[in-house]
Amino acid sequence: MMNTVRLGVMHSIVLASLAALFFVLPQYHAGNVARIMVFAIYAMGYNIMFGYTGLLSLGHALFFSAGMYGLGLSMHLGSVPAAPALVVGIISSILVAAVVGFFALRTRGVAFMIVTLMFAQVGYLSVLLAGTYTRGDEGFVLPQAVRRIGSIDLSDPTTRYFTAWLFFAIAYLLCARLVASGFGKTLVGIRENEERAQMLGYNVQRHRWVAIIISGTLSGLAGAVFALLWGYAGASFAAVQYSIYPLLYVLLGGAGTLIGPLLGTAFMFYLIEYASELTSAYMLVAGVVLILLTLFLPRGLAGELRRRWLRWLP
Amino acid sequence: MDFGPYLFFAGLEGAVTSAVLALIAVGLSLVFGIMRVVNVAHGEFYMLGAVLAWWITTTFADLVGGHPAIGFAIALVVAPLAVGALAALADYVILQRIEYDPERTIVATIGLLYILQQGTLMSFGPDARPVEAPFNSRIALPWFEYGDAGFALIWPWGFSTTSYKLAVIIAAIVLLLLLWLVLSHTRIGLVMRATQLNRDMATAHGIPVQKVYALVFGLGAALAALGAVLIVPIQQAHYLMGGEPLLLAFIVVIIGGLGSLPGTVVAALLIGLSDGIISVFFTPTLAKIIATLLVAFVLVYRPQGLFGKPLQ
Repeated sequence: MMNTVRLGVMHSIVLASLAALFFVLPQYHAGNVARIMVFAIYAMGYNIMFGYTGLLSLGHALFFSAGMYGLGLSMHLGSVPAAPALVVGIISSILVAAVVGFFALRTRGVAFMIVTLMFAQVGYLSVLLAGTYTRGDEGFVLPQAVRRIGSIDLSDPTTRYFTAWLFFAIAYLLCARLVASGFGKTLVGIRENEERAQMLGYNVQRHRWVAIIISGTLSGLAGAVFALLWGYAGASFAAVQYSIYPLLYVLLGGAGTLIGPLLGTAFMFYLIEYASELTSAYMLVAGVVLILLTLFLPRGLAGELRRRWLRWLP
Repeated sequence: MDFGPYLFFAGLEGAVTSAVLALIAVGLSLVFGIMRVVNVAHGEFYMLGAVLAWWITTTFADLVGGHPAIGFAIALVVAPLAVGALAALADYVILQRIEYDPERTIVATIGLLYILQQGTLMSFGPDARPVEAPFNSRIALPWFEYGDAGFALIWPWGFSTTSYKLAVIIAAIVLLLLLWLVLSHTRIGLVMRATQLNRDMATAHGIPVQKVYALVFGLGAALAALGAVLIVPIQQAHYLMGGEPLLLAFIVVIIGGLGSLPGTVVAALLIGLSDGIISVFFTPTLAKIIATLLVAFVLVYRPQGLFGKPLQ
């Protein structure tokens, strides 16, 4: 009971302070926070698979871009309105995750990472191959006129911020619910001891498959929302770099923690932002952070918090 | 031009790719076979080899002058040694501390990839830079044609290779034979194989496993750098040149069977030749998609590779 109240308070504080930030921050930084919230959805999706289930994927850009292009292409080529296009984006990421998960789960460990990497590479190359429709690296812009749901203009900074916030809140509460559920606890059990979970009668592969689909769906949602709010879809979002980002965010914030992906995304976003003001070689920062994390902070920020002070942190 | 000579020409170009790819992939395979870790930064060691070769040859030409072959010969020795030493240092500073945990090693080598690549961007710059080949005479290639007067030897226009490309193929063969000799007939090779078979047993017999690992990691990187120095007169040095060979080397190592050196060489030949020939028929992007998908499915359904033995 005590714990439920404590968690309720924590979730409210997180979501309320994110909403309040819009009124406190200058416009430029509010725009950044909106982006951070969308990428935090991506990181939370990644975290379901990596943090809670223990499956390290190097190909999540595939799911992100499935959502992005599912929405983007149906609006760009099919003139579908924004709301159904969002559904198309989510459904395409579900389908891609189901198929990739089905095949990739036949492998283990290092082979799993390479297979996911390769499927994502196939996705990236396919976007380039279909250059007539996707316009490849250059990408395409969704004009302001179509980026609206009903009478709400999603390209306006205020509505953009709160739409990002709304989707973040949905994803965050979904993850909180999932992690606390029996299913979420089973995933952690599989991560910690696969044989034991199997012995207890759990269908390990099916649990993993569902975890991949949930993870892919959240990633696809992030991609679709990004394309909708910023009105752009390009091949660079399907490239390897965008598979590395969620790994970085989650490792930095703390794998297997609810709040970690948000912390990691915000921290890394500003780190890269400042680095890119200094040099064009800003990914150097990502490299250094990755190595320092593996060496000195393998649990990440929220993971350290939980280990040292807040044992109850979900 | 007829189809025959075209295919032969593509095959010869493919043989050069195969030769260099074999060196890179054997380096990756050696590290995986002995240390059981995947080195994602392997492509960047290759890139460093090429960039160092450019730096050494141009510095030498500025300071000393003389025939470009001298500078190139120095680069051929110094660049792989320097890259190997850097890799051994990375092993000592990073990989040993995380105890070669497979997943953390991948994350750490991704970090290393960005550091090497972006560090090169900052120092070397974003431009591609050429390196002059030590010798480069054009060799016209003959082709047989069946005409009115029976078989005749013709010299199709533009149908040629260079002496340097042939030298690359020969050099790669010699280097691979040398590596095989070292692994099978020397004490250090024996120590490496012993470490591969059973790490704990090797430690119990007084083999300094940590040093062997650092050496193997360095050797793997040096092989990639060596391949890069050989190819750079044909390809130019660029800070992003490591990505493609990394992917190809992964493909080769997986097809050849993880950790199997003969399998790796056969697969390099297969991939290198087919890459040249496939790209004649398909657009390069489609060829890459097909190749990548094929390899992903090999890994899914035959994780031991096409030539490897099943794992127990």
